[in-house]
Amino acid sequence: MSEVENNDRREFILEMARNVGLATLGGLMWSAYVDEVTASTLVLRPPGALKEKDFLRACIKCGLCVEACPYDTLMLAAPGDNKPMGTPYFVPRDMPCYMCTDIPCVPVCPTGALDESSVSKDGVLDINTADMGVAVIDDNSCIAFWGIQCDACYRACPLLGEAIVIEYAKNERTGKHAFLKPVVVNDVCTGCGMCEKACVTEKAAIFVLPRETAEGRAGDYYIKGWDKNDEKRLENATSEITTTEISKESAIDSLNDGLEDLY
Amino acid sequence: MSLSRREFLKSSAAASAAAAMGMTIPADLQSAATKAESNWRWDKAACRFCGTGCGIMMATKDGKIVAVKGDPAAPVNRGLNCIKGYFNAKIMYGADRLTQPLLRVDTDGKFDKHGKFAPVSWKRAYDEMEFHIKKALKEKGPEGIGIFASGQYTVMEGYAAQKMMKGGFRSNAIDPNARHCMASAVVGFYQTFGIDEPSGCYDDIELTDTIVSWGSNMAEMHPILWSRVTDKKLSDPKRVKVINMSTYTHRTSDLADIEIIFTPNTDLALWNYIAREIVYNNPESIDWDFVKKHIVFAASPVNIGYGMRRDDEKSIKDGKYTDLEMQTVSQEMKHTVSAAEAPALKPYGYKEGDVMVNKPAGLKHWEISFEEYKKFLDPYTLDYVAQISKGDPDEDINEFKGKLQELANLYIEKGRKVVSFWTMGMNQHTRGTWVNTLAYNVHFLLNKQALPGSGAFSLTGQPSACGTAREVGTFCHRLPADMMVANPKHRKIVENRWKIPEGTLNPVGNQHIMKIHRDIEDGDIKFAWVNVCNPYQDTASATHWIKAAREMDNFIVTSDGYPGISAKVSDLILPSAMIYEKWGAYGNAERRTQHWRQQVLPVGDAMSDTWQWVELSKRFTVGDVWGAQPLRGKNADGTPKSLPDVRKAAYAMGYTDNTTMFEILFANKEAKSYKIDMDAFPQQGFDNSECNGDSRNVVGTDGKVFEGYNFMLHEYLFEEYADFGRGHAHDLADFTTYHKVRGLKWPVVDGKETQWRFNSMYDPYAAKETKETGNSHAFYGGLAKALTQGDLLGIKDKTKKALKNKAKIFARPYMDPPEMPDEAYPLWMSTGRVLEHWHSGTMTMRVPELYRAVPEALCYMHPQDAEQKGIKQGELAWVESRRGKVKARVETRGRNRPPRGLVFVPWFDEKVFINKVCADYTCPQSMQTDFKKCAVKVYRA
Repeated sequence: MSEVENNDRREFILEMARNVGLATLGGLMWSAYVDEVTASTLVLRPPGALKEKDFLRACIKCGLCVEACPYDTLMLAAPGDNKPMGTPYFVPRDMPCYMCTDIPCVPVCPTGALDESSVSKDGVLDINTADMGVAVIDDNSCIAFWGIQCDACYRACPLLGEAIVIEYAKNERTGKHAFLKPVVVNDVCTGCGMCEKACVTEKAAIFVLPRETAEGRAGDYYIKGWDKNDEKRLENATSEITTTEISKESAIDSLNDGLEDLY
Repeated sequence: MSLSRREFLKSSAAASAAAAMGMTIPADLQSAATKAESNWRWDKAACRFCGTGCGIMMATKDGKIVAVKGDPAAPVNRGLNCIKGYFNAKIMYGADRLTQPLLRVDTDGKFDKHGKFAPVSWKRAYDEMEFHIKKALKEKGPEGIGIFASGQYTVMEGYAAQKMMKGGFRSNAIDPNARHCMASAVVGFYQTFGIDEPSGCYDDIELTDTIVSWGSNMAEMHPILWSRVTDKKLSDPKRVKVINMSTYTHRTSDLADIEIIFTPNTDLALWNYIAREIVYNNPESIDWDFVKKHIVFAASPVNIGYGMRRDDEKSIKDGKYTDLEMQTVSQEMKHTVSAAEAPALKPYGYKEGDVMVNKPAGLKHWEISFEEYKKFLDPYTLDYVAQISKGDPDEDINEFKGKLQELANLYIEKGRKVVSFWTMGMNQHTRGTWVNTLAYNVHFLLNKQALPGSGAFSLTGQPSACGTAREVGTFCHRLPADMMVANPKHRKIVENRWKIPEGTLNPVGNQHIMKIHRDIEDGDIKFAWVNVCNPYQDTASATHWIKAAREMDNFIVTSDGYPGISAKVSDLILPSAMIYEKWGAYGNAERRTQHWRQQVLPVGDAMSDTWQWVELSKRFTVGDVWGAQPLRGKNADGTPKSLPDVRKAAYAMGYTDNTTMFEILFANKEAKSYKIDMDAFPQQGFDNSECNGDSRNVVGTDGKVFEGYNFMLHEYLFEEYADFGRGHAHDLADFTTYHKVRGLKWPVVDGKETQWRFNSMYDPYAAKETKETGNSHAFYGGLAKALTQGDLLGIKDKTKKALKNKAKIFARPYMDPPEMPDEAYPLWMSTGRVLEHWHSGTMTMRVPELYRAVPEALCYMHPQDAEQKGIKQGELAWVESRRGKVKARVETRGRNRPPRGLVFVPWFDEKVFINKVCADYTCPQSMQTDFKKCAVKVYRA
């Protein structure tokens, strides 16, 4: 932990304090940043981070995770970054998470905002279980989908062949070449962003989004009959009473509504 | 006249397609195309990078290249590229491009080997070059100057260099980096076929049933070819089989049906295992009709050493090698037969523990009987071969055996077409020539060679190792079109064509790249010039050569586009024009020659290597170089060797003592007959800096503005060179044709290219040879086609038997490499490349996107090995051998997954200078360095 980093942290905290001071004098100041507190749907957190709402409650902006990171990946959000101030985040295109096997950033968190158990398997730290986000490919700008032989993201992925796999397809235009298309396997991807850094296009064609933002969700009331593993989703399945426009009135009330519309 | 979008697409597509076919299209339609695209100009070229030889088109705007597209009309890639080719438009525009000559000087501006680089004029640079070359010639004769030539030279550059070096300086110390790349393949071709280069072409991929990749990471190193292999697999996934043979898992395994991880060097045993399966267990699979008509069996000595320095060499005696290094270097003189080698060497009379005294035997070989060959194959049983070759300690031996059996079965299967591809795994090998010939053995026995979809196909790494280095002959022992300096008939042909006196050419050609480096270290070479390569980064035992260049009395010059390690180590640096800043031609791995025009002016004061050689020739006269010249060594009668004084003959040819080499070799009558026609295709609308000068008004080597040679130098060089091969199975089409088409595969006879050489149905030369016999093939190469007779132990009958139109199956055994893991250095280390970077990275590490994707070389290691050494994923570690050490981050999850006991480090990164660690042992026949295996220890940094 270098002098410089200590000073940066000190500077930052001082700056924060100044801002708070200013804010008590001018409430307008704070309200300008309230939006930032909630505008976190695109922020990528360190591994082990709690769900964003809980994370924001737990994180005390101490910066210990930032100092622990050996790669200078993590940064603390400054006012104007459009992120909750003082919280740790990273920008994979500049510096991704390098998936340290000993996850130095997590055990040092004093409040559990970065939760060790969520990045452990059988009591042992396992970075492969991290969920910082998920990589998403725009197949319009991904040159592998043009037929160019790239796959730099695939070769950069620390879970090569598992989080990113190659799908082969014939290139009918040339008649004798194949596409080697990268495909993200969401369930395995940890959102480290090494793929985004490696992507050779001008604006990365593969990029990490927080899982909440990137993913949809099929309901738990349908299980894939052909996939034994899918049965797992039953664990969360419940049944519920539903209401729609036509069921919102009780049966007796709707039946006793006049028959004018019927004939 | 404005065009609708449809009209525009129609007219520009038509123009592209027409250009591809060599058709002319109506003038108004053509001008419509150029007008619509008037902001930029498209023109065809070849990709700068690998031996695949993709066709591209460059877009030029305001004198700069702004974009590239794959050429849809190119048969190799049909508009596609890999991500190196994708950036062809960016490689010339790195910020630190060399723009002017730089000389190491002291504060007074005088040359000082330990001074700092300062800009100087071309004239000053050439004054220094002239001075130091003359000094070196005076002190050491023609063998005292050396050229690091290149498989990335254009055809014109290579030919110009060869002409001046061999015809002017009478020196054969010119050898390309292709020596590190393809030499084993070349010698393998010569010994087997009598002529260089593959019999097949890329169409084999679309026609075959089986693709076996031996020591070749095609997925990363020939991506467009791999894309074609993948498509073939997709078109019939059940029948088409892909097998990856490697010493570690890499991305080529992704598509493979079978992955075979073998111990380094045991490819020798694996090929012989397959041959034994054929001969002993599946004898009905031998096509005896083919073998009897076309094949003879041959043997050669086994105690040939490993191409290292012998103990009487100067630098050994001067103590320049540490004791640790000598542990390996001493194997050159003798080595003890190991348990692993013993069964393979038994037919040669050796047993475990015997001391084998090594005596390099050159290329000597002789004919043996089939019975002898069969006896030779006996040891390569599945048990023996599996035991020595299983490379993954965690793999079950029976599973491994099953894979080997499957591999053999696929080769043997009747009616199954098989292509074997290989690159550096088989070539960068202390028995590289041997293993190349063993590949042909299997294909010959089964009659699966030189047929559509079947054949052993040596893949070339560099873009013009074929087209320039091999075909033009920029090797120490070669002349154009497969001719050899040692052959007096060949020398005479070349001397006559070059209009130089008979006796000018030097018959002694033994200064290959390693010897040039070693001669500099011995103090026997005093001047060396680096052209289009990076020998001080790309050569093993690097510390030796850099020390010699920096600390001894010599003058090293590097011509390059960017400041790499070789430039840094040099005394003088010359700024070279890069690929699309000059007219050029490359020849790819399937014998396809492709030409391009100059697209833009060179940056700064850079000039092409062709120009640099031609300008150098102005400084040397008949009197300077054609008098008697000393050579090393003595003749049989004890007199010192020398080259004769040929000036009298020169006078008789009309030359005087003051005639320059420029006038004789480059600006002669024939050259001047090639006029530049700015109004005709292909010159119209395109720059030609060497021939016309250009708007930069570069002040040239004579201190005056360079205004061009005023004749079409490029066409002259190409046509004169091509003449050597026409009619000799190396036929090239004419210069102008190449500017119309997307390359042609030679031999080009009657306007038709040749897909399968030696095959009577496809090769007009073979057809001629087999007109009477009706044979399916004729292996018509002429080199070493008369052999003495003997058995495995040696020659027994000295009468030479002619082998017209025949090829050879060689008996060559498994042997250990000279350095293997032991207690002190317990890991194998292999080196190689990654897709994102080319060679020493001087170009691709300057492309921001490629640098960001892969900014540094990693040490790929098995996670258990890392754990056992206490090294965490991503941590820095030392990789150390007997020769040196480098620091690299350890990667246990990367694209390369070695088995326990082996690490892999790519060499593109100046900051992970792995050649300090590698050893410069070579195949003693091809002189190609084995970069693929040495012993290291790895520990936390």
